[in-house]
Amino acid sequence: MVLTGAEIVIRCLQEEKVDYVFGYPGGAVLFIYDALFQQEKVRHVLVRHEQAAIHAADAYARSTETVGVALVTSGPGATNAVTGIATAYCDSIPMVIISGQVPTAAIGQDAFQEVDTVGITRPCVKHNFLVKDAADIASTIKKAFHLAKTGRPGPVLVDIPKDVSAQSAEYHYPKSVEMRSYNPVVKGHQGQIKKALKLLLEAKRPMIYTGGGVILSDAAAPLTKLVRKLGMPITNTLMGLGGYPATDKQYLGMPGMHGTYEANMSMHFSDVLLAVGARFDDRVIGDPNHFAAEPRKIIHIDIDPSSISKRVKVDVPIVGDVKEVLEELARLLDESKHEQDTASLATWWRQIDEWRSRDCMKYKNSDEIIKPQYVVEKLWEVTGGDAFITSDVGQHQMWAAQYYKFDKPRRWLNSGGLGTMGVGMPYAMGAQLAHPDAQVACVTGEASIQMNIQELSTCKQFRLPIKICNLNNRYLGMVRQWQELFHGGRYSESYMDSLPDFAKLAEAYGHIGIRVDRPADVEGALREAFSRKNDLVFLDFQIDQTENVYPMVQGGKGLTEMILSAEDL
Amino acid sequence: MRHVIALLIENESGALSRVSGLFSARGYNIESLTVAPTEDASLSRMTIVTSGSDDIIEQITKQLNKLVDVVKVVDISESAHVERELMLIKVRATGKDREEMKRMADIFRGRIIDATDSSYIIELTGNQTKLDSFIGAIDNALILETVRSGIVGIGRGDRILKL
Ligand SMILES: Cc1cc2nc3c(=O)[nH]c(=O)nc-3n(C[C@H](O)[C@H](O)[C@H](O)COP(=O)(O)OP(=O)(O)OC[C@H]3O[C@@H](n4cnc5c(N)ncnc54)[C@H](O)[C@@H]3O)c2cc1C
Ligand SMILES: Cc1ncc(C[n+]2csc(CCOP(=O)(O)OP(=O)(O)O)c2C)c(N)n1
Ligand SMILES: [Mg+2]
Repeated sequence: MVLTGAEIVIRCLQEEKVDYVFGYPGGAVLFIYDALFQQEKVRHVLVRHEQAAIHAADAYARSTETVGVALVTSGPGATNAVTGIATAYCDSIPMVIISGQVPTAAIGQDAFQEVDTVGITRPCVKHNFLVKDAADIASTIKKAFHLAKTGRPGPVLVDIPKDVSAQSAEYHYPKSVEMRSYNPVVKGHQGQIKKALKLLLEAKRPMIYTGGGVILSDAAAPLTKLVRKLGMPITNTLMGLGGYPATDKQYLGMPGMHGTYEANMSMHFSDVLLAVGARFDDRVIGDPNHFAAEPRKIIHIDIDPSSISKRVKVDVPIVGDVKEVLEELARLLDESKHEQDTASLATWWRQIDEWRSRDCMKYKNSDEIIKPQYVVEKLWEVTGGDAFITSDVGQHQMWAAQYYKFDKPRRWLNSGGLGTMGVGMPYAMGAQLAHPDAQVACVTGEASIQMNIQELSTCKQFRLPIKICNLNNRYLGMVRQWQELFHGGRYSESYMDSLPDFAKLAEAYGHIGIRVDRPADVEGALREAFSRKNDLVFLDFQIDQTENVYPMVQGGKGLTEMILSAEDL
Repeated sequence: MRHVIALLIENESGALSRVSGLFSARGYNIESLTVAPTEDASLSRMTIVTSGSDDIIEQITKQLNKLVDVVKVVDISESAHVERELMLIKVRATGKDREEMKRMADIFRGRIIDATDSSYIIELTGNQTKLDSFIGAIDNALILETVRSGIVGIGRGDRILKL
């Protein structure tokens, strides 16, 4: 069948069962938009800024098991997309981004709206392609989807010059992909898995530390089963929240910079640490030398060999897919004749419970002024702990992560690796489109929300009833916190004057806006918002301006050197 | 420690910038990098001379392997291998220097591949040390221009880097 390049692009997306493409049109993609117009299977979501298109597609992927798809034009369309692409890259999110390019003959001529998109995005994509012939479009898009979702997932960009999208070519969508240069290992090495199991069973102070890899590999169920059977303590990184039910007694909370006392102490003083799809980030282990100074054996399961022994030396590396390896580990455990050292485990739990009794997450509530932690606790109650929660970046992000107890995977959507302010609302859009009947809330700050505030308009057009919980402290709170603690209280440019009236702003976009000043009104406002099933409600909570995020491990400090509360200072 | 990494990569546009971009983005050191197609025109072979601690070299090989276009990576300096570099050096060759240059080229098994009234171009292959020694052995003031190819390397015996 002979089709134009543009028609081929759309046919490929149909083949991949893409429901939504998030995008923004322009000269170089006019043929593709024309082909999109002439069919109904692939729906398009017109955002108000390309950055939001990428974030929304990214969230679609994060909240489902699919690949997110976005479409942007050449030049400024592509450069606006870069922050979104880098955000997805840092968190290993599977995405395909299609960008228009100037016509082949104009490439290199400093043409109108020409940028070297492949060059600009190279360091922040898993892979990218420039298609020079319409006959190559189908095989390239097939490869792009394959690369995006297999191995360590990531964004893949396909750059298509305008003339290529206009050319005709024979269309054939390949059934499978063969790439001699790309064959990620999925199955773990048997010998290594056996070694790991032996170490775990003999451990006196075992600890399980899991991350985004568990979510990406859809391994929450096998993980939960295995960990319950082993009876060992577990912590989930910011990217791994929901990988193990947060309300379970074996769960110690998040580790790291703003993790719990018990999670960090258990990480540090464990004698066998099982790391699963987590990459020993600096916000998790603090100073790597301090971490390495305490002897322990580390088992590390990761699909990307370069994640292993990158920041800490690993004793038992297992390269493979989390789900495959955990299932194999569980099978071997069932067969194993090794006795688990349960006496030591019981002693270890006593130690952990002592750490737990410090109750590091307690905070002083108030009748006069709204505490952000309280808002998140109430949000958890009102949504029955079952909502999709997105956040932006800052203090509010940490409070959301700390106080919303995620029991299920893919419910917590945030930018961990790049820490991109502005993801919150587009993430909520992507999640709501993927789960039209679910409760979706965006926990944000007054600074972050303004980085993609224009998307209130997209939400109106597509009737997305998301609930925005703005923890409004009139500060770049996270910046202010660091300035308070480490820069002598000199609040350089962290106070934002002339904030808009967010409730009115929401109304101007055709939504409902509610300003909440008193703690007594928090729960009512939340209930009101969630009872409005078809409306976007913007809740502007005026919170305590001076509240800080604790516990805290200062950058460069060891995991055990924690500030638990303001009294520790 | 100095390492010589050989790799096969899909012969596609942009392949070189993926590799060089990786080195600059991660702050790895490149002493030299050579690239050319192989007997199979769909593949290019690169030889990269780099240096770093064992941990860094381990990351370099892992990161190279992770590049989607890279087919195979071998640290050939881990065992017996041969390295060669080509140098073309243009030297002043007048009066008594002319005879002396010819003699030095012979000693180092170089070849004079072009001669004018006043200059020679000498072609010299060998490992890095040999080329360095040649430069050290001749009068520096007589060197007009040098160009070196960077190292190419190959494992000895059964160690074969091929698809
Ligand atoms: C303001 C701020 C504060 C932060 N504070 C904290 C904090 O206190 N605590 C914290 O934990 N984080 C914190 N972070 C997040 C931190 O920066 C990192 O993003 C996060 O810790 C990384 O999570 P991860 O180790 O789970 O790795 P991810 O980035 O989720 O990486 C996933 C790993 O799993 C592997 N993987 C992927 N798919 C598979 C598969 N199928 N099978 C096997 N392996 C797979 C990947 O190769 C990778 O190594 C903070 C971020 C911000 C912005
Ligand atoms: C795009 C971007 N620019 C700057 C930063 C640095 N930064 C991190 S948190 C923060 C303040 C966020 O303020 P707000 O959204 O109000 O959240 P709060 O910390 O007050 O809860 C800033 C500026 C960032 N993460 N992203
Ligand atoms: Mg703020």
